[in-house]
Amino acid sequence: MTIHQLSIFIENRSGTLIKVLNALKEANIQIIASTIADTAEYGIYRLICSSPMRACEELKAANVAVALSDVFAIEIDDKPGRAADAVKSFSEAGISITYMYSFLLRGKGILIFRTDNNELAKQVIARDGLKSVSEEDLAALA
Amino acid sequence: MSRDEMSALQGKRLHKIVEYVYHNVPFYRNKLQEMDIRPDDIQTIEDIRKLPFTTKKDLRDNYPFGLQAAPQSEIIRVHASSGTTGNPTIVGYTRKDIGVWSECMARCLTAYGVTRDDIFSVSYGYGLFTGGLGAHYGVEHIGASVIPAGTGNTEKHLKLIRDLGITGIACTPSYALYLAETMDKLGIRKEDIKLRVGAFGAEPWTENMRDEIQERLGLKGYNLYGLSEIMGPSVSYECQMQHGSHVCEDHFYPEIINPVTLEPLPAGQTGELVFTTLTKEGMPVLRYRTRDLCSLLPGTCDCGRTAVRMSRIEGRSDDMLIIRGINVFPSQVESVVLSMPEFAPRYMLIVDRVNNLDTLQVQVELRQEFFTGVFDTPAAVDQLEKRLASKLKSVLSIAAKVQLKAPNTIERSQGKSAHVIDKRKL
Repeated sequence: MTIHQLSIFIENRSGTLIKVLNALKEANIQIIASTIADTAEYGIYRLICSSPMRACEELKAANVAVALSDVFAIEIDDKPGRAADAVKSFSEAGISITYMYSFLLRGKGILIFRTDNNELAKQVIARDGLKSVSEEDLAALA
Repeated sequence: MSRDEMSALQGKRLHKIVEYVYHNVPFYRNKLQEMDIRPDDIQTIEDIRKLPFTTKKDLRDNYPFGLQAAPQSEIIRVHASSGTTGNPTIVGYTRKDIGVWSECMARCLTAYGVTRDDIFSVSYGYGLFTGGLGAHYGVEHIGASVIPAGTGNTEKHLKLIRDLGITGIACTPSYALYLAETMDKLGIRKEDIKLRVGAFGAEPWTENMRDEIQERLGLKGYNLYGLSEIMGPSVSYECQMQHGSHVCEDHFYPEIINPVTLEPLPAGQTGELVFTTLTKEGMPVLRYRTRDLCSLLPGTCDCGRTAVRMSRIEGRSDDMLIIRGINVFPSQVESVVLSMPEFAPRYMLIVDRVNNLDTLQVQVELRQEFFTGVFDTPAAVDQLEKRLASKLKSVLSIAAKVQLKAPNTIERSQGKSAHVIDKRKL
């Protein structure tokens, strides 16, 4: 029910981001969504892409500090209040969302997030009929 | 031997050696006369503080035989240090010196638990370097079978280790790790060999390296310390406790000094190690500054030996930095970095002065294998950074700012000094 996100350590100096992007480009990896959690000295670049396992290996080969993290991808209608509805289900179950980002894909909203309790989150998704998106779905949509 | 008996013996020998160099080495006679010291002024071991120091530069300046005390006809062996700059250091040994050396080396091996029943491979370089022949004579002295393997041809050496059932080895710790790697490559398991004792020296090493060598070769590894200017390997050795190296202090008297003020430091404090040879005939030296940094351990050893112990070499005084008045050695940072598997064994110290205050930044590289999915938030990465910072603080006694770097972004250094960038303009 979870998908793979690439989590990449990037130093805050020029040339580090392009190194990552170039490696992905050469491997013909398509970026679907991304966000950077930045600090004063470095950033954690989070990335949803096609073929995440292969992308991870390619980046490792390019000497990038990269790891795969398990995150959820939920599809919601592109209408006011839908994000609140989705998050409410987790909140009421006592699940914390560590971080979240979102994007639009073919007219649908996609929420990407990590929780502090993946097992419980899976139960909530099944119970409340939330639409979980698989890696294959995302790749096909992109 | 009690401490009082040892001190009395050392005092007597010190007087004799000062008298000997005064009459046989013009370099020392001139120095002592300049300082208005006569041999009779030196009667107890405490009087050693009155004596001048000897440095590597003194040895170079008096190349090749200027500090030799015995006539050439009495010299039966000459070794030379691997000087990378300028003249090598030439050290001549009399027959008695070689005897003392063999005896001290035999003490080391006995402390390691080596007996005449062992088959012992000497894998230090033979030749001008003191390691090979020094260890060789000690092994022969206790009557074990010596295999003069030397260095190189590791695959053949491993074949001998396995087929001959070699039980002991003397080599550098890095060569021991290379042996382990070669074993992996050849498919030789530690169960296939009988090595049980390793005498490792000639370069600094860490407890982490010891753990790794012991695990991979299936032996117990002991420190062996020495330097050619004093004798060669055998100056100090670890016992079964593996906690500090006992100095053969009836022959080599150790002191720890502050490398800046040159004042002797009390037991337990880290400073520069200084040796005086108490019995040497060929090339005796007074208060030779080794540039090695360590401490003398207070208290007695559980093994029962009363000979004073020295700690591991923590660094070189040539590399010492003074940051906010605190002595900092790059090797201290190295030991911390090596203790955390999340980081590659590469680091850089950047020292600066901002608003009249010294700053220390330590750059370390993340190791790819240990960068896992949990590091998807700055909070997780910061925690790792803080763990390193707090370890550094407890070892260095000053705060260091940690900067994490991506894998393979710190240049591989060629020497120790390449680990430091000092931007202070003093």
